[in-house]
Amino acid sequence: MSALHGRVHRYGDNVNTDVIIPARYLTTSDVAELAAHCMEDLDAEFVKRVRPGDMIVAGENFGCGSSREHAPLAIKGAGVGCVIAARFARIFFRNAINVGLPALVCPEAAAKIQSGDELVIDLGSGRIENRTQGESYQAEPFPKFLQQIIAAGGLVPYTRRRLATR
Amino acid sequence: MGSTITEKILAAHSGEEQVRPGQFVMARLDLMLGNDITAPIAIQEFRKLGAGKLADAARVVLVADHGTPNKDIEAAEQCRVMREFSREHGVEHFFDVGRGGIEHALLPEEGLVAPGECILGADSHTCTYGAVGAFATGVGSTDLAAAMATGDCWLRVPESIKVIYRGALKPWVGGKDLILYTIGRLGVAGALYQALEFCGETIAALPMAGRFTMCNMAIEAGAKNGIMAPDAITDAFMHSVTSRAYQTMTSDADAEYARVVEIDCSKIDLQVSVPHLPENARPVGEVGEVRIDQSVIGSCTNGRIEDLRMAAEVLKGREVHPEVRLIVIPATPRIHLQAIREGLAEIFLEAGGALSTPTCGPCLGLHTGVLAKGERAVSTTNRNFVGRMGHPESEVYLAGPAVAAASAVLGRIAGPEELP
Repeated sequence: MSALHGRVHRYGDNVNTDVIIPARYLTTSDVAELAAHCMEDLDAEFVKRVRPGDMIVAGENFGCGSSREHAPLAIKGAGVGCVIAARFARIFFRNAINVGLPALVCPEAAAKIQSGDELVIDLGSGRIENRTQGESYQAEPFPKFLQQIIAAGGLVPYTRRRLATR
Repeated sequence: MGSTITEKILAAHSGEEQVRPGQFVMARLDLMLGNDITAPIAIQEFRKLGAGKLADAARVVLVADHGTPNKDIEAAEQCRVMREFSREHGVEHFFDVGRGGIEHALLPEEGLVAPGECILGADSHTCTYGAVGAFATGVGSTDLAAAMATGDCWLRVPESIKVIYRGALKPWVGGKDLILYTIGRLGVAGALYQALEFCGETIAALPMAGRFTMCNMAIEAGAKNGIMAPDAITDAFMHSVTSRAYQTMTSDADAEYARVVEIDCSKIDLQVSVPHLPENARPVGEVGEVRIDQSVIGSCTNGRIEDLRMAAEVLKGREVHPEVRLIVIPATPRIHLQAIREGLAEIFLEAGGALSTPTCGPCLGLHTGVLAKGERAVSTTNRNFVGRMGHPESEVYLAGPAVAAASAVLGRIAGPEELP
């Protein structure tokens, strides 16, 4: 897996899927349109500031609430390369893996990283290097079972393979 | 060492003798659910799988309940995608406008969920079905797509938190107050990745409607599922909706729990969760003077006939405050008809309320009661996040039907005991 390089947009605890992508935009599954409203009700300036490869860093329970897959799709569509959180809400975490949005669990990184920090992330090892603060953090490894899905390229190719062996 | 009800159901569905928290299993699913928000993406991903056909069309349920009756052209297109897919793949359990209603009230009513079953839904409130003693959890669209193709789904066996409720309930207090209070105690991430097992003498005496309300909001504490052991009340309910057989499971006495929480219900007052998290629960008397613009009674949380009866009891012979819009939404057509037959519809309309056809509409700010900038609602729904019911500067206060009805009359958040 390749290294990611970008700047941080920092948010707090319990960032819910209603603010990541408000329900008024759920009548589309067009990723570009969803991306245009990403984080709108929490940070209306986000879509203007975000640059391809940037990272979102948040605290506890990121992505809580609705099961809408539109949330990780909007974040990925906005160009965000990775989300780091102290903990993710479980449905958001599954959805992120399934749509190919890297989601790293790292309480230390979530506590120390500030908005605007420049990060280099090695997804293979889970190493998070903070070039602004001169620190690095280690994300929790994915459970073995999940590594198989990630290695297959996501749930769709993983399932396609399972179906082929039946 | 024994197993919890959640562990037993997951073991039975993955061909294992026993499973332990943290273990990954591939669980066979008894039912897979999608709605007009989540199914269109699931259908798109299902086509990418190249499976050609569903693992079992009889186990797939699709419900048009969120943007319906079609609120705009885009919503109409989303429903059309589901409708055409259902025809193409022989999905008999496709529920359209007039025949369905809100999924989590509808499926139990149709007898589609039963004790001991393993249910996956592309909707976070799928956990509602734990009230009949099933394992039920929410996922996103791609997980649903894969499940529709394979008939199974990977799951990590959750640890369980046992919440024991003791004591008699105060007047007007119901399942909604118990669950808001519980979320207040645990916090919105307090049960993250875990099963919430509700038990105790208070639950044993709680009617099914209150049980559905409680399990419905397990997700608001971050839980993977909410669950209650089936008992005589469950059996009576099941026999009223279906004649099919089911297997009842219960937790062993020596099952292991991550945590045990005990709650004395005799001390719990009517609860209100103030903006902007469901965990901000407090007794209605401690909310202060909060004027409201709208009161919503309905949703998968509190749109059942018992909820409407409670609201009608408060509203009978009274009038909705001139500055408040009261919107009452029976959760299914069957409940709607029952409300008309019992005279509840008359009570709502004579009080000055609006009675809507079943829909999820206002709960997530889609339609049928969207809030303007600065407006405030009391609502029997399940989330009060920023912008949940409309403008990002609007506010939602969560409560049960008695508080929502009394507040509609008084024009401010209050319980029925404050009514003249």
